[in-house]
Amino acid sequence: MIRFDYARPADVAEALRDGADAQAAYLAGGTNLVDLLKENVARPTRVVDITRLPLSGIAEIEGGGLRLGALATNTRTAYDERVQADYPLLSSAILAGATAQLRNAATNGGNINQRTRCYYFYDVGTPCNKRSPGQGCAAIGGVTRIHAILGASHQCIATHPSDMAVGLAALEAQVRVAGPGGERVIPFGDYHRLPGDEPWRDTTLQPGELVTAIDLPPETFPTHYTYLKLRDRLSYAFALVSVAVALRLEAGRIAEARIALGGVAHKPWRRPEAEALLRGQEPARDLFGAAADALLSGAKGQGANDFKLPLARKAILRALEQAAAGTPQSQTDKRIA
Amino acid sequence: MPDTRQTPIKVGIGTPLSRVDGVDKVTGQALYAAEYVVPGMLHGVIVSGRIAKGRIAVIDEAAARAVPGVAEVLTHRNRPHVAWRDSAHKDELSIPGDPFVALRDDRILFSGQPVALVLADSFEAARFAASLLDVTYEEEPHNVDFDLSLAEKTLPLWKRKSFHAPKSHGDADTAYAEADLRHEGEYRLATEHHNPMEMHASTVHWHGDGTITVYDKCQGAQGVRDFIASSFGFRSKDVRVVNAYVGGAFGSGLRPQYQVQLAVLAAKHLQRSVRVVMTRQQMFTHVHRPQAIYSIKLGAERTGKLTSMIHDATTSTSRFENNLEDVVTWGMINYACLNMRGEYTVAPRDTYTSSDMRAPGAATGMTLFEIAMDELAYKAKVDPLEFRLLNYSDEDAMNRQPFTSKALREAYREGAAAFGWQGRPIEPRQMRDGREMIGWGVATGIWDAQFSKTSARATLLADGRLEVASATADIGTGTYTVMTLVAADTLGIAPERITSRLGDSDLPTAPVEGGSWGAASTGAAVQLACRSVAERLLKAAAKVEGQPLAAASSIDDLVFADGRMALRADPGRSVAIIDAMQAAGLDRIEVEETAATGLRGLVSQARKSRKTHSAVFAEVRVDEELGQIRVTRIVSAIAAGRIINPKTSRSQILGGVVMGIGMALHEETLADLRLGRWMNHNYAEYHIPAHADIHDIEVIFVDEPDPEVTPLGVKGLGEIGIISVAGAIANAIFHATGQRHRSLPITLDKLVA
Repeated sequence: MIRFDYARPADVAEALRDGADAQAAYLAGGTNLVDLLKENVARPTRVVDITRLPLSGIAEIEGGGLRLGALATNTRTAYDERVQADYPLLSSAILAGATAQLRNAATNGGNINQRTRCYYFYDVGTPCNKRSPGQGCAAIGGVTRIHAILGASHQCIATHPSDMAVGLAALEAQVRVAGPGGERVIPFGDYHRLPGDEPWRDTTLQPGELVTAIDLPPETFPTHYTYLKLRDRLSYAFALVSVAVALRLEAGRIAEARIALGGVAHKPWRRPEAEALLRGQEPARDLFGAAADALLSGAKGQGANDFKLPLARKAILRALEQAAAGTPQSQTDKRIA
Repeated sequence: MPDTRQTPIKVGIGTPLSRVDGVDKVTGQALYAAEYVVPGMLHGVIVSGRIAKGRIAVIDEAAARAVPGVAEVLTHRNRPHVAWRDSAHKDELSIPGDPFVALRDDRILFSGQPVALVLADSFEAARFAASLLDVTYEEEPHNVDFDLSLAEKTLPLWKRKSFHAPKSHGDADTAYAEADLRHEGEYRLATEHHNPMEMHASTVHWHGDGTITVYDKCQGAQGVRDFIASSFGFRSKDVRVVNAYVGGAFGSGLRPQYQVQLAVLAAKHLQRSVRVVMTRQQMFTHVHRPQAIYSIKLGAERTGKLTSMIHDATTSTSRFENNLEDVVTWGMINYACLNMRGEYTVAPRDTYTSSDMRAPGAATGMTLFEIAMDELAYKAKVDPLEFRLLNYSDEDAMNRQPFTSKALREAYREGAAAFGWQGRPIEPRQMRDGREMIGWGVATGIWDAQFSKTSARATLLADGRLEVASATADIGTGTYTVMTLVAADTLGIAPERITSRLGDSDLPTAPVEGGSWGAASTGAAVQLACRSVAERLLKAAAKVEGQPLAAASSIDDLVFADGRMALRADPGRSVAIIDAMQAAGLDRIEVEETAATGLRGLVSQARKSRKTHSAVFAEVRVDEELGQIRVTRIVSAIAAGRIINPKTSRSQILGGVVMGIGMALHEETLADLRLGRWMNHNYAEYHIPAHADIHDIEVIFVDEPDPEVTPLGVKGLGEIGIISVAGAIANAIFHATGQRHRSLPITLDKLVA
C-alpha cells in the first residue's frame, strides 16, 4: 500500500473538488478499493472518503421509476420493499453476489465500479495492461478459467465481476453522474465498456466524475424474471457464467425480453438481436436456443475457459425457462430450479 | 448430545466437554503469534520474488530506505551470519535435501521466494517501503508443469524417516493378465495449499541479554526452538518459543516456516524485537499438498474377489528437497489380495517443497484408490459396499501382520444403517428428483494410529486446583480440552478447577503436533503425571485422622470423583483431596512424567499393525446440464479406538469431511506454467467450501476397545476425517450420472465439457 492523502468531503461539490485530481480515488464501502490498495494494484495519491455524502437514499422518481442512491448499501437495496416488489431481478442479482457481510458494507456506486478479478490484474508480479498500460496481458495464454469469451481484445481478456450490474443492464437502468461539467445521465449499456485498446478504462466515467445514483426505469418485471449464477462454489464466488432475464408476457406471448450475461465479458453482455428473436413469440425451448445462439454469437474461448461456451448456452436456456415459468432462481435455496 | 454448559459431577474420558479455551478464543483473550505487542518492536514486511528460477541481479533500495521510519532493508547481501551447513537448518520433520534458508544467497528457487525484509517502526511504513523496493533478476528456464516433470521422476536414495516403501507380494503382473475382471485407470489430484485461517507470523522479543522469546505460528514450539538455535547460533536454553494458540495449520506449521527465519535474522541483525506476518498471498508461496498421478491396475475373479493390484504413483516435490509420502501403501494394507506390487516416485518442480497436509499420502492415495475400487465393483456387478466386504482383510495385507484392532466392518455396518444404504440401486442413473440426478457412493479411509514419547507435568495446589502442562500444541484440535478431561478423569477434579498449559517450549518435552498422535501421546503423559499425583495423595491421606483409606494398597483401589478419593470396595470411606493435602502439610504436589513406548509396546509395534479406519457414505445431487454438484449427505463412521472427548472429536471429523468436500469439488491451486507462479493465491479465487456447500454430515464413532494400540487406547482423529471423503463423493457422482471422474477436484467444467 502506498501513502496517500485523505479527504472526507461533506457534500458532492466538495467531493468533486477533492476528486478532481486524476490520481484520486473515491472510497465508499471499501470492499474492493481497500483490497486493491493492499495489493499495490490501486495506487491513488488521494483517497476521497465519500461516505458522509447524502447519497444513501432510495426514492421514487416522479413519473415512475426508483432512484437508488450511490451510497445505499447493497443489502439495503436488495431488501428495499419497492425493489423487491417491482424489480425483484435486481434484488436477486445483488443477493447472488459476495457474502452478507460484504453486501452490508458494499454500496451501489461501488458495486458497479468494482474492478475485474483477473488473477493477473491482482498480482503486481505479473504484467497487466489494465493495471499498467503497455505492460502486455499475461492472462492471454495463461490461467484463463475465469476469463472472457465475448468482447475481449488482444490487450485484455478480463471480465466484469459484478452481479448487480448484470441485473441493472437487463433492467436498462441509468447511471447519474456528477462531474466538473455538471450532471449527466449514462444509459447502463454505455456505462461499462469493452477493453479494446484501452483496457485500463472499465467505464465511460470521466476523470473526477462521481456516480451519485442509479435510476431504475418505470417498466417493472415483477413476475417473469430470474438471476441464474453458476460458479465454483455456492457462495462467495464470482460468476463463471450468470444470466439475468426479464420478460413481460402478454396473452402467452413474450411482449418484452431482456437478457444480460455476466462472467463472460468486460461488461454485462446484451445483444438486441437475441432479445428481438423472442418478442412476439410463445416461450419454447427451440426459441430459447436460437436466442442463446444469437447472444453468444462470436464467442471464443481462451483455452481453459472453453467450457464457458456450452455452459453459457445451457444457462441461458435454463434462465429463460425459469423466467417464462415465473419460477425465478432462489438465492437462498441454492438448488437450481 | 447433552448440554455441556452444565458440567456434570464426574467429568472424564468420554464426556462431551466444550472447548475449555473456547471463551478465550471468541472473546479475543487468546493471543496469536501476530498479536503480541513487544515494546520497541519493528515491523517486517516480506518482499516476494517475481520469478521462478534464476538470480537476483540488482536490488535498488534507495527509495525504500528513504521512507521515514524505515530501519533496515534486509537482503542476502547484508543479512547476519547463518550456519553454512545444511544440516544446521534441519528440523524435527526435515525432508532429505537442502532446506530452504531465507536470504541465504542470490539464488531464486521458486516464485514468491522472499527476497527482502523491509523493517520499519510502523507496519504502514514498512509496507509502503516494501512496495518501493526495485528488484531486478536474471531469469533461468524453469518448470512447474507436473506432467513435464514426470520425465524426471525418481525414488531418491535418501528417504524421509516417516516413509514406508511399498512391499510387493506374489506375481501381480501375471495375476493381472490372467484375471477374469480387469480394471485400469489413471487418477489425479491437483495441487492444494493448506490455507489455515491464521497466516504464518512470528513476533521475536529481543530481551537484550542474549535470550529471545519467539511467538510463532507453528505446530511444535520445541522443534522451532531447536531450529532457531542451530540455524542462527543461539544456545537452546536462550530461546523460548511460544505458540499458545494456533489458528489452524493442517501441517503447514510442522516445519519452521520462512517468516520465523526472517524475523529472527532481523532481530539478530538489529538487536531489536521484530514482528513478521505473511500476507494471505504469501501463504501460497510455501508448503502445499503435492500434485499427484496414480496409475492403478486391478484384477479380480468373476465374483469380485481381488487377485491382483498394481499401484504406481508419483507426487510432486521441489528441486531442493525430496518430499516422500506414503501414497500407494494404504490400499495394499487394507485389502486382501495375494498378488500386489507398488511403485512410488517423486517428480521435481521449480516450486517450494510440497509437504504434509492433513493425512499426507493417504488423503491422496487412499482417496484415489477407492475410486478405482468402485470402478471394479461396477465391473463385477457387485454393490460397492459388498465388494469391499468381499475383499476385507482382517490383517494388514501388505505387512502381513495382525492389527491391534480393526472395527472397519462395524463402521461399514453402522454407517450403512445410518445412511440408509440398503436398497441402493446397483446401476447408475437410477435416482432422480426433478432436474437433479441422485447418487450414493461409499469409500474406505485408513490412517496410522501413532504414539510419540511425550512428557507432562501436573501441579496440585492445596486448595485443590490442578495445572497440567506439556509443550504440545493445540492447533484447533482440542488438546487443551483433552488434557483437562484426562486430568479430570484421573483425579476426579472438576474441569473448572483444572488449567491446561501448552504451546511453550519451556514446558515438559513434547513432539510436534501432527500425524494424529497428539491426543494419544499427550493424554497418556497427562494421565501418568496425574497418577503420580494420586499416589502422593494416597500417602498424604494416611495423615488424615482415622485413616479412612487404610485399606487401599494402591491408587487402583481408589475411585477419584468430586474432589475426593474413595475406597472402590467401600465408597463410604473417602477423603477430600484438600483434606489430605492439609493433613500432610503440603502446599503443592508437582510431578513430571514421561509417557514412552515400553518394551512391551516396542514388541507390539514390531509385530502388529496399528491403524484407524473409516467408512464414508456420500449422497450427491447433480444437475447434469449445468454441471452443478451438491453433496447433500455425508455419513462418516470412524473406528479410532477410545474417544476422549466426543464433542471436539465430532468437530474434528466434521472439519475433515468439509475439507474432503473441498478436495472433491473445489480445491486446486492453478499455476501459470510460463511464469512458474501460482495464480489464484487468495481466498476469493482459491476455493474451499462455503457454508452453502455443506449440508447434512453425520459422524459415528464405532466401539473399538484397543488397550494395546496406545496407553489410553486412543488412536487419534486429526487425519482420518478427510481421507476418502472425496472418493465417496466421486463414486456418488458416478452413481448419479454414469460419468466417471478420475481427476480431483471435479469442477463444473468437467461435467459440462
